Amino acid sequence: MNWEVVIGLEIHAQLSTQSKLFSGAATSFGAEPNTNTTLVDLGMPGALPVFNKEALRMAVMFGQAVNAEIGMTSVFARKNYFYPDLPKGYQTSQMDHPIVGKGHLDITLDDGTVKRVGITRAHLEEDAGKSLHEDFQGMTGIDLNRSSTPLLEIVSEPDMRSAKEAVAYVKMIHSIVTYLGICDGNMAEGSMRCDINISLRPKGQEEFGTRTEIKNVNSFRFIERAIYTEIERQADILEDGGKITQETRLYDPDKDETRSMRSKEDANDYRYFPCPDLLPIELTQEYVNEIAANLPELPVQKAERFMSEYKLSEYDAGVLSATRAMADYFEEVAKVAGNAKLAANWVMGELSKYLNTEGKEITESSVTAEQLGGLLVRIEDNTINGKTAKNVLQSMWEGEGSADQIIEAKGLKQVTDTGAIESMIQGVLDANAAQVEQFRASDEDKQKKMIGFFMGQVMKASQGKANPGMVTPILNKLLKG
Amino acid sequence: MVDQSIASLAKKLRAKEISSVELTQDYLARIKQLDGQLNSYITVTDEIALAQAEAADKLIASGSTSTLAGIPIAHKDLFCTDGILTTCASKMLHNFVPPYESTVTGRMLASGAVTLGKTNMDEFAMGSSNENSHYGAVKNPWNLDKVPGGSSGGSAAAVAAGLCVAATGTDTGGSIRQPASFCGISGLKPTYGRVSRFGMIAYASSLDQAGPMARSAEDCAHILQSIAGFDASDSTCSEVATEDYTANLEAPLEGLTIGLPKEYFGDGLNNDVATVIQDAVKEFEKLGAKVKEISLPNLNLSIPSYYVIAPSEASSNLSRFDGVRYGYRCEDPKDLMDMYKRSRGEGFGKEVQKRIMVGTYALSEGYYDAYYLKAQRIRRLIKEDFVKAFDEVDVIMGPVAPTTAFGIGAKTDDPIAMYLEDIYTLSINLAGIPAMSIPAGFAEGMPVGLQIMGNYFAEAKLLNVAHKFQQATDWHTKNPSLAEGA
Amino acid sequence: MSLEKQDVLKIAHLARLSLNDNDAEQYQHSLTSVLDLVEQMQSVDTNGVEPLSHPLEAKQRLRDDVVTEENRREAFLANAPQTEAGLFLVPKVID
Repeated sequence: MNWEVVIGLEIHAQLSTQSKLFSGAATSFGAEPNTNTTLVDLGMPGALPVFNKEALRMAVMFGQAVNAEIGMTSVFARKNYFYPDLPKGYQTSQMDHPIVGKGHLDITLDDGTVKRVGITRAHLEEDAGKSLHEDFQGMTGIDLNRSSTPLLEIVSEPDMRSAKEAVAYVKMIHSIVTYLGICDGNMAEGSMRCDINISLRPKGQEEFGTRTEIKNVNSFRFIERAIYTEIERQADILEDGGKITQETRLYDPDKDETRSMRSKEDANDYRYFPCPDLLPIELTQEYVNEIAANLPELPVQKAERFMSEYKLSEYDAGVLSATRAMADYFEEVAKVAGNAKLAANWVMGELSKYLNTEGKEITESSVTAEQLGGLLVRIEDNTINGKTAKNVLQSMWEGEGSADQIIEAKGLKQVTDTGAIESMIQGVLDANAAQVEQFRASDEDKQKKMIGFFMGQVMKASQGKANPGMVTPILNKLLKG
Repeated sequence: MVDQSIASLAKKLRAKEISSVELTQDYLARIKQLDGQLNSYITVTDEIALAQAEAADKLIASGSTSTLAGIPIAHKDLFCTDGILTTCASKMLHNFVPPYESTVTGRMLASGAVTLGKTNMDEFAMGSSNENSHYGAVKNPWNLDKVPGGSSGGSAAAVAAGLCVAATGTDTGGSIRQPASFCGISGLKPTYGRVSRFGMIAYASSLDQAGPMARSAEDCAHILQSIAGFDASDSTCSEVATEDYTANLEAPLEGLTIGLPKEYFGDGLNNDVATVIQDAVKEFEKLGAKVKEISLPNLNLSIPSYYVIAPSEASSNLSRFDGVRYGYRCEDPKDLMDMYKRSRGEGFGKEVQKRIMVGTYALSEGYYDAYYLKAQRIRRLIKEDFVKAFDEVDVIMGPVAPTTAFGIGAKTDDPIAMYLEDIYTLSINLAGIPAMSIPAGFAEGMPVGLQIMGNYFAEAKLLNVAHKFQQATDWHTKNPSLAEGA
Repeated sequence: MSLEKQDVLKIAHLARLSLNDNDAEQYQHSLTSVLDLVEQMQSVDTNGVEPLSHPLEAKQRLRDDVVTEENRREAFLANAPQTEAGLFLVPKVID
């Protein structure tokens, strides 16, 4: 049978607030267990939540960025269930009246086609703590530092039809939230986590098949692989005439398989109801308009501007605008260098090689945008040539200083004095008299092939410092005698 | 000593007729002498009280104008008190010592009040008789065979017996007013949001409200002055400015329109209680008030609406008591589920478990609309009844409870009968308006409370109305013989 | 509205309350009588009446995004039944 896969995603983005959603505790990652907690986060008796202004602003920004309806009245609801890392026995979330309603965004697929994906809703909720399963006297340890950290849960329509589309969607969400500066996008630290709803149906069938939900996948690569293995698992069952069980599953990257997480008997009844400790959030149109007016440039707009302003190709503009950090880096390099195309080539080429080799993000680059720009300035003004510049970049990467310092210290400045170049070329020709004889005896085609040899010898003699643009005409003149 | 008001004690403290330390010692001695019979305190904080009294004496000597400075009071044991055992009268919190202070107790400390201890109550404030306490039932000082009412029964009994000058209580469905009525003292449930709920262990968040329980309306005013007002730690606490609650106590009542809801005087109201209430209303007419019959047509629905909303909120509010971070954990749990179920099953009393289950059911899938949402719609109808009534009248009066205090154990076998007794108090919490109970007479030797209900944030008016009545009558000065004899 | 014993056990499980057989029967009766009491609500027409969650119908106040709390871990952990290395301990959690 020919199966069509249907995928919908729930993405939890941790909002980059200083303090928690409902308390004045810090949200910093990696603190000692239970040190970033207040009585609110610990669910102490009599503790009450007070809502963080910044979390609201961030949620509204996201809504604007995905062309969504904004919930002018939104309500916090309690989702009731027992779990040791859920201190109050309920999660404060939103149910009937989310802060962000229906919206959409466009993703670009590998073949260049653009696909629109619907956003069902996005709502604010608090995160739970962490259960540490290392052996503490055969028990589990509970760390509530993450408890009450603000999350924006972004729910998509079941609009994706392949793992590639799903990944493109997650990357677009990642790019939007980081552009907006409302989430650091650090998936390894759990700042963005993904629940994948996935089902199969025979091609052409209207109604959806039974879906499973793969919980908490936290890298682009795992999202893609989890979807592939789950498609395979479901297809095997369906091909054998079996039925899919609606359930929650967990992706195990080590075994590259998904496994069932909770049995059906434990299916929870969350007993949602409006949280009586919090009041409805009422927004004014002025508030929403003001946020809309101050929205930063988003990835799609930035890519378009890179194409028109810097004359970059669609591909280059897409790569350089993929993350806000990358885009900011590139623009800084371009500004310092005064040549955007050169900047684009170096950021996507040489610099990316170093980053990839060391597995670093652009934000962790050993060479700052200003430094790289400074290097490109020296190519532009003929102080060094491209080949030398690569060597200089390596020294810069190793922390030997700015381009100018390295050029100076290593004496890499190009020779641009015509007389000096001429005498150096003459020296090379004198040392290779036989080849010069041969050259002069050859026809024009043969000569063209031989010129490269002399050029190489000259560059070697100049230790790469001769300006190739100046060498070529002088060399031609002297060779012809 | 039991007749002394906060204002007169404050004068004596400033005149150096008595020191706060002496006053505190007197009260601690009375507690030792009498509370064995009443069981009104769960914890008596002798040392802390004496240290606070000493500090209060210094404060007064240095010219403090706070009326509450040096006055020995008690707190219902559901206010978290920093470093002092706070149990909610539950085995679940038998060992819980909060490292933080509730806003109510914190503000009273800041006013210089002296904390004698923490008073007994129905477990987690669920009950109308104070029989649902892990620490045993509280006795009514007027008759030791009768209940003091609940859930703030310990506070009411302690105030009535002179085991503190005044006390704090909380009222979710009548828990300040009904015990005040049963014990012959004055109690005020403020407007929802008038007093911060921070640090107050929640029963039903949208109904709970803290308030004063004291010997007179004037004393209630002094305490309200200290505890009322905006608190950034409670999202539901109102930003409406507070008033000077003692400034207008003496304002004349000429022209005051009193509404008497006919539903408060129908079947089920004990005849003797009805007579007391009617006599009290006549007293107000003598003071120049006019009386108007009104109707609160949805009154009967307040019982079902309340018994859905309160347990629903409670079922969720009490989920945090899970044996993980504080409180009771069962012995040797065999796994996580066993720890949850036995800690909660053994830690909570029967009434609490029952209400948790009612709420769990009402919120569960398939029943939410028929129970919870329906109850919330009825809640709006009940509120609208009051809004309409207050277009026509200034205050509403009626009984607090259909009867006087009943016998201990008399209703434990029929909890529904006990729920029905809340008929005159529940609607006030559902609407969120303020209401008082003040002593208005006796029926069969037991005190009867008159309930005075006011419009939103009309606490000053309620206190004024109650105070004028107390100037014209002496019901609030009557003492149980147990207290007189001591 | 009458609850079966099975219903009571299901509710108790959701609420994480241990019930023995005897308890379950008692609660079956007492819960049923509360539900009977509550049943009167169904006789009222509330069509078009908006549910009321909060008596004052006020709106949520917002808190500035600043860290105001310091670490008080030891004070909080002091109330916990079992702790180690700054963690609350519970019987092993199995996913």
